[in-house]
Amino acid sequence: MLIKRNDDGFIHPLASEITPPHVYHGRRELLKALAAGAAGPVLAGWAARDALAQVQRPGKLAPLAAVRSTVPGAVTMEKVTSYKDATTYNNFYEFGTDKEDPAANAHTLKTSPWSVEVEGLVKKPARYALEDLFKLSAQEERIYRLRCVEGWSMVIPWIGYSLSKLIEKVQPQGNAKFVEFTTLADPNMMPGVRSRVLDWPYVEGLRMDEAMHPLTLLTFGMYGEVLPNQNGAPVRVVIPWKYGFKSAKSLVRIRFTDRQPATAWNKAAPNEYGFYSNVNPNVDHPRWSQATERRIGEDGLFAKRRKTLMFNGYEAQVGQLYAGMDLKKNF
Amino acid sequence: MTPAKVLLHPLAKPVVFALGLLPFAWLFYGAATNNLGANPAEHLERSLGDWTLRFLCMTLAVTPLRVIVRAPALARFRRMLGLFMFFYAALHLLAYSWFDMGFDFDQIARDIPKRPFILVGFSAFVLLVPLAATSFNRAVKALGARRWQALHRLVYVIAGLAILHFYWMRAGKHNFAEVAVYAAILAVLLGWRLAQALQKPRAPMPMGAGLRRQPIRQRSR
Repeated sequence: MLIKRNDDGFIHPLASEITPPHVYHGRRELLKALAAGAAGPVLAGWAARDALAQVQRPGKLAPLAAVRSTVPGAVTMEKVTSYKDATTYNNFYEFGTDKEDPAANAHTLKTSPWSVEVEGLVKKPARYALEDLFKLSAQEERIYRLRCVEGWSMVIPWIGYSLSKLIEKVQPQGNAKFVEFTTLADPNMMPGVRSRVLDWPYVEGLRMDEAMHPLTLLTFGMYGEVLPNQNGAPVRVVIPWKYGFKSAKSLVRIRFTDRQPATAWNKAAPNEYGFYSNVNPNVDHPRWSQATERRIGEDGLFAKRRKTLMFNGYEAQVGQLYAGMDLKKNF
Repeated sequence: MTPAKVLLHPLAKPVVFALGLLPFAWLFYGAATNNLGANPAEHLERSLGDWTLRFLCMTLAVTPLRVIVRAPALARFRRMLGLFMFFYAALHLLAYSWFDMGFDFDQIARDIPKRPFILVGFSAFVLLVPLAATSFNRAVKALGARRWQALHRLVYVIAGLAILHFYWMRAGKHNFAEVAVYAAILAVLLGWRLAQALQKPRAPMPMGAGLRRQPIRQRSR
C-alpha cells in the first residue's frame, strides 16, 4: 500500500505561519513597550514590518503593496531568482525570439491607458480599465516556481489575486467551459509581431476548473513592484503547475467559451505543445526530456540538473483536476 | 605586400590559428567570470554549435574562393579550418553531454536515438571523426590522394546533416531566420561545386588533398 506522506519536502508550512526571526527576537521589546503603555504606536510599526514582503524590492518600478497569500501552496520557501535574471531572460516573442530581446525591446510597450475586455459566455461582460481590475480584490504576494517548457526554471514572487475573483464577478453562464486569454498584438509597440513566428495575437486558454483554481493568478506585479514590460505588463496570468508559455502576458481580452480555445503554440506545433501542457516529468517533449530542469542562477554550469516535479510540485493542490485523465494523451 | 605574399607569410598560419581560438577563449573567459547570462549552459551549447557551423562554412568556402579569386595559397588554411570545425563540434557535443546530461552515458545513449535532431547532430559528428583522423599528411599518403579525397567528400553529407540538425532545433519555435542564412551560404558553396562538376564531368577535383608536397593544380576555366 502506498502511504502518501506530507513531509516529502514539497509541502511547506505557509510562510505567513512562520514567525520571522526579527519579530521573534523583538518580543521583549514588544513586552516592554506594552508595559510602558506605548503599545499603540509601537505595535503599528511592528505590524507594518510584519506585513512587508520578505522579498527585497529592486527599486526599479512603482512599488505595489501586497499581503502574503494564505492560499495553500502559494508561497514556496525556495530561494527566489534574482530580479536581474527574471527580467533579462524571457520568452516574449512579441518582442523578439532571443531571450535578451524582450528586455531590450519591450520599452516601446505603452501600458497606460490599458483595458481588458471580459466577454463571451458571461452574465456580466465588461471592459475593465486596468485601475478597476486592479482594485477588484486584495493584492497578494505569491512565490511560485516557474518551469519553462525549454527545461529551465525560476522562482518568482508575483503579486495579484486569484483569477477566480474576477470570474465570480462576471458570472459565467452554465455553458462556459473554457477561458481564453488574448495578448496584445500591436506591431507598432511590439516589433516581434511583424515576424511570422506565431499566428498573432498570442492566445492561451484554460479549462474552467483550472481557471477557477485558487493558484491561477491574475498578476499585476512581481518583486514588490508593478510588472516590467518584458514580464507581461500591465496584467497577465500565472498558472504555476503548467509550462510557462501557458501564462499569457499583457492581456487585452479574457473570453469565456464553450469550446477549447485554439492556443498559439498548439496551433504552431500540435505534436510538441498540447492544450494542457501541465508540467510532467514523465511526458517528454519530442525534442528533449522533461525529467529534469536547470534552476536559473542557482544550478551552476557543472551542477547536475534537478528533477522536475509532477505538476511542478503543485500535485497536492491541482492533482485532482486531472484525476482519471490520460496525461500522456492530454499533454 | 601582395595578397598572395600575405597568404604565404610564415606568420599567416599562426595568426589564423590564434583567430580560430578566439571564440573558444571568449567563451571560456565568459564561463570563468560568470558572464554568459542567466543560462550559461545553454549559451555555451548554442555558441559552440554556431561556431561549428561557421567553421564548416569557412572550410567549404576555401576551394571556391581559391578558384574564383585565383589565390592558390588559400588552400594552406583549409585543413586548419576543418580541424577547427571538428574542435568546436567536439566541444558542442561535450557541452551537451556534460551540462545537459551530466555525463550520464546511459541517458545519453537513450536520448540520441529518441530525438531525431540529436541523432542527426550526433551522426554528423561521427562522420566528422574519420575526416579529422585522416587530416595529417601521412594519412593522405597512406590512403592515396584519390581515396582520401573520396573519404573527405563526406563533408558534403556532414553539411547537410548539420543544417538539418539546426533546422530541427529551431523548427519547434518557428525561428528560421538564422537557419536560412546558414542554409543559403551552404547552398551556394555546395552549388558551386555541383556546377563545376557538371561543367567538367570526369575532371579530377582541383585540389587532391591540400598537400604541400603536391603541386597545386589550378583548375583551368
